[in-house]
Amino acid sequence: MLGLTIREVSAALREGRISPTELCRKCLNRIKRTRHLNAYIAVTEELALKQAGEAEARLLRGAPKGPLDGIPFAVKDNFCTENIKTTCASRMLKDYTPPYTATVVQKLLNQGAILMGKTNMDEFAMGAGSTDGAFGPVRNPWSYAAPYRERTGAAPDSDWVVTGGSSGGSAAAVASLTSYLALGSDTGGSTRNPGALCGVVALKPTYGLLSRHGLIPLVNSMDVPGIMTRSVSDAAIVLGILQGQDTRDSTTTAAPSSLTELPEHFDVKNICVGIPQEYHAPGLSEETLAQWSRVADMFERAGARVKRVSLPHTQHSIVCYHVLCHAEVASNMARFDGLEYGHRSEEDSSTEAMYASSRHEGFNDVVRGRILSGNYFLLKQNSEHYFVKAQRVRRLIAEDFKRAFGSGVDVLLTPTTLADAARYSDFTQEDNRTRSAQEDVFTQPVNMAGLPAVSVPTALSSRGLPIGLQLIGPALQDKKLLGVAQWIEQRVGFPSITGAIKHMQDGSFDSFIIRHCPCEIEMRPVLCFMTC
Amino acid sequence: GPGLSLSLSLSLSLSLSLSLSLSLSLSLSDPQQLVGVVGLEVHAQINSNTKLFSGSSVRFSAPPNSLVSPFDASLPGTLPVLNKRCVEAAVMTALALNCTINKKSLFDRKHYFYADLPAGYQITQQRRPIAVDGTLTYSILGGKKRSQVIRRTSTIKQIQLEQDSGKSLHDDLRSQTLIDLNRAGVGLMELVMEPDMSCGEEAAAAVRELQLILQALGTCQANMSEGQLRVDANVSVHKPGEPLGVRTEVKNINSVRFLSRAIDYEIQRHIQVLQRGGTVQNETRAFDSKSGETIPMRDKEGLQDYRFMPEPNLPPLIVYEDNASLPTGIDACQAVVVQEIRAGLPELPSIKRDRLVQTYGILPEHSFTLVNEDGLVEYFEAVLKATTKEPRKVIGWVTNELVGHLKQRDMSVSQSPISPSALAELLERQESGHISSSVAKQVFQEMWRSPGKTASQIIQEQDLGLVSDATQLHSICQKVVDSHPVEVHAIRNGNKKVLNKLMGLVQKETKGRADPVLVRAILQEKTS
Repeated sequence: MLGLTIREVSAALREGRISPTELCRKCLNRIKRTRHLNAYIAVTEELALKQAGEAEARLLRGAPKGPLDGIPFAVKDNFCTENIKTTCASRMLKDYTPPYTATVVQKLLNQGAILMGKTNMDEFAMGAGSTDGAFGPVRNPWSYAAPYRERTGAAPDSDWVVTGGSSGGSAAAVASLTSYLALGSDTGGSTRNPGALCGVVALKPTYGLLSRHGLIPLVNSMDVPGIMTRSVSDAAIVLGILQGQDTRDSTTTAAPSSLTELPEHFDVKNICVGIPQEYHAPGLSEETLAQWSRVADMFERAGARVKRVSLPHTQHSIVCYHVLCHAEVASNMARFDGLEYGHRSEEDSSTEAMYASSRHEGFNDVVRGRILSGNYFLLKQNSEHYFVKAQRVRRLIAEDFKRAFGSGVDVLLTPTTLADAARYSDFTQEDNRTRSAQEDVFTQPVNMAGLPAVSVPTALSSRGLPIGLQLIGPALQDKKLLGVAQWIEQRVGFPSITGAIKHMQDGSFDSFIIRHCPCEIEMRPVLCFMTC
Repeated sequence: GPGLSLSLSLSLSLSLSLSLSLSLSLSLSDPQQLVGVVGLEVHAQINSNTKLFSGSSVRFSAPPNSLVSPFDASLPGTLPVLNKRCVEAAVMTALALNCTINKKSLFDRKHYFYADLPAGYQITQQRRPIAVDGTLTYSILGGKKRSQVIRRTSTIKQIQLEQDSGKSLHDDLRSQTLIDLNRAGVGLMELVMEPDMSCGEEAAAAVRELQLILQALGTCQANMSEGQLRVDANVSVHKPGEPLGVRTEVKNINSVRFLSRAIDYEIQRHIQVLQRGGTVQNETRAFDSKSGETIPMRDKEGLQDYRFMPEPNLPPLIVYEDNASLPTGIDACQAVVVQEIRAGLPELPSIKRDRLVQTYGILPEHSFTLVNEDGLVEYFEAVLKATTKEPRKVIGWVTNELVGHLKQRDMSVSQSPISPSALAELLERQESGHISSSVAKQVFQEMWRSPGKTASQIIQEQDLGLVSDATQLHSICQKVVDSHPVEVHAIRNGNKKVLNKLMGLVQKETKGRADPVLVRAILQEKTS
């Protein structure tokens, strides 16, 4: 039951095969048994059971609110939730309880979805590993699944791999079957990156299509609430519910269409898939490259036009992304002074001293480092050289995409990450800045341009860890993008973790079965273990 | 003699100082020739029900922190939503000040840490404000009797929309700072004026005119003591034709009168510093209204780098010229249309003054008094409606008697115990020859003291009516003529002016009630 998609479990709820309360309890148990993943900062058990009871009453009356009624979900801990602590995985907001709920969370609650808890992340979403939060790192559920254990002979306690980030807790929640969907946030890849590394579908919608009201910002001009699910069709259902103009967020736009259901069969014959040559970047693993070619070949064989395109300014994107990101971080973090809310230091010799030590105690090194460099970029004598220049390059990057889509390309196909997930012990060899630059290299240009992109799990690597590919579409073409993504999903046969993920101390590995088995697809040797 | 030597030494010292100052002006600074240069930055609180970017109410003197939304307190995750009313108020103000409206303007963040600025930045319009390049025309009174109206025009560089800050209350005893965020996020129009004024009087007249314009528009209540209008003055001195000197910024000025005094004090201070051979520090100073001096402020701005950055949560602000230029799909009630606002502009004070001068034939300086006092034009016009007396004769009653009495008691026109119709009745009695002008003034004072009593009642009760009984006046006049033989003799010798003295004596006898026309005729007859 826990391994089902939203669509499947929703049907089960309606048909009475399971009740929302039973489902909720199952998920709560699962959360307890997977506590070692550290996916949740807070589990809202009492509230979840109360909501489940209400959903149950509606379903019994035969009057569910919609496809999400009674469906457990998780929310990254940078979305405000009324009367529920919202920490951003920071000491600064360790005890902060917002008086209001983020629009996207409220929309899910209004649909009867059941909030299981708030998920772990990098502090203030600054990171690409979910290793730099005040509540400790998140562990990738695939670390405890059979393929990784069997293929690498990894030791259960020490060789676990990271989830990617910064929405690692949300990705882990969906992948470890404790929630059917989770909200992440995506500023430079923070939803797609852990989505790829944890083997879940991760959608970054067009900028402005989803409200940011209540999302504690990283970079306002790039942040988008992200959607993580186990299937593309589930992502479409959730997008349909969350999208649309919000009077409380002036940067939102009206949805181009009321997105309901994706067509079961998407015809790729008439589409053109662009392969950006610049994404053939140093550090790209052979296996990821192989997956990229494999899916490109699939398109070609199915009759789609596949062509090489150039996005010439791609190489400048990551450094400009960092300049813009740090500048906005410096600005957005200025409010955390310990006066109105958040951590306040004992230091009280002067207001300035209190600010300084509250901020020093409240923020980790990563946040403080970005504030420092961001303020440097915004100084009067530097702004033109760094900030304004980076903005100009941002425009060039957006134009690169525009030109590609203007030349007849419908979607761009790229890797989501350079490689599969790193072991925690390897990942932490490098500092946060280096890791962010490596991990976001394929994802952040999309945020610079405000475009929709989705990461689709494609295969397991030779280490038994997920590899994802990214599809990028023109602005507001989210639905078409998902149509193409579903076409891939239907053909790659990515396996799903089902059965119990046992506590790491059990020493036993999880059983592992294959859900999709599209036999018509010819698989490459490296992946043959997961084909039938 | 001693007188001569004195005048000689005087002229000597004069010529000495003259040559000294000449040589000084040739070298560096001649303090005699230094003149003040004044530019104003005016923060006008927009008269609107809610704040610039949130739905919190705006109210003066509400309980502390009772008008604070999550956005105003900068709770994380909250976003600004622009208040249309504030944009319309800024556009209307800009139109009244002959500005060019930027059809597209932008919002920026200006960063600094201060306890009453919860977000750590203020949202303002640094790169592209809503309006630029306007003028403010105002007048000062000059000439010997200060009755000559001199028009001046100052340039308005720009008008920008921005957020107000909260208020800090420092409790030095307990070394605490208390923060009230009621004001945080209230909409402000900042008017930046070019440094083209030269003294406190000009600045005060300009600000007074601005107050009247804002009040006429209804875009700002413009009460300086309540902080709805805050004026900072940038002051420097220089010799005409040379670059401006180092400037100081004077803050904390809460009335038009203090503005004038603060600026003039500051100009003199600059001149004295330079005279002593010192240099003026670029600093922010506060005006102390008790001492009449400016003092350096504990500088919260010091060498601030505001690290300006575009506000990413607000798209460009677009206003449209007319309904025809609205793009399709735009909800008309969501759009700000300049032409509609222009059509709704009320009569501005300068136009009102011209109209008053032309319509009623009153003097320009009287039109200033009328327009300066809230409600006085309406009062004046109401009196005119109820009397046959000429406007030129009514104006003095309103601008002198009424305003004089009001000022003495610090009252507004609406608080006057004498209504326009009551004053009109009094003036009618005078116009019809019922009472003399001096009695009329007496009656006015009595009316002021006993609100509700009509002029007629007072005239009757105190028997103030004009004495026009010929027999009675004849006998009084005869008494005066008999007791002043010298004056009578002078009149008979052709000095007709002396007749006025006799007239005065008769009026004294009758306590000013004698009919002057009749008295003159009788006296002429008796002295011929």
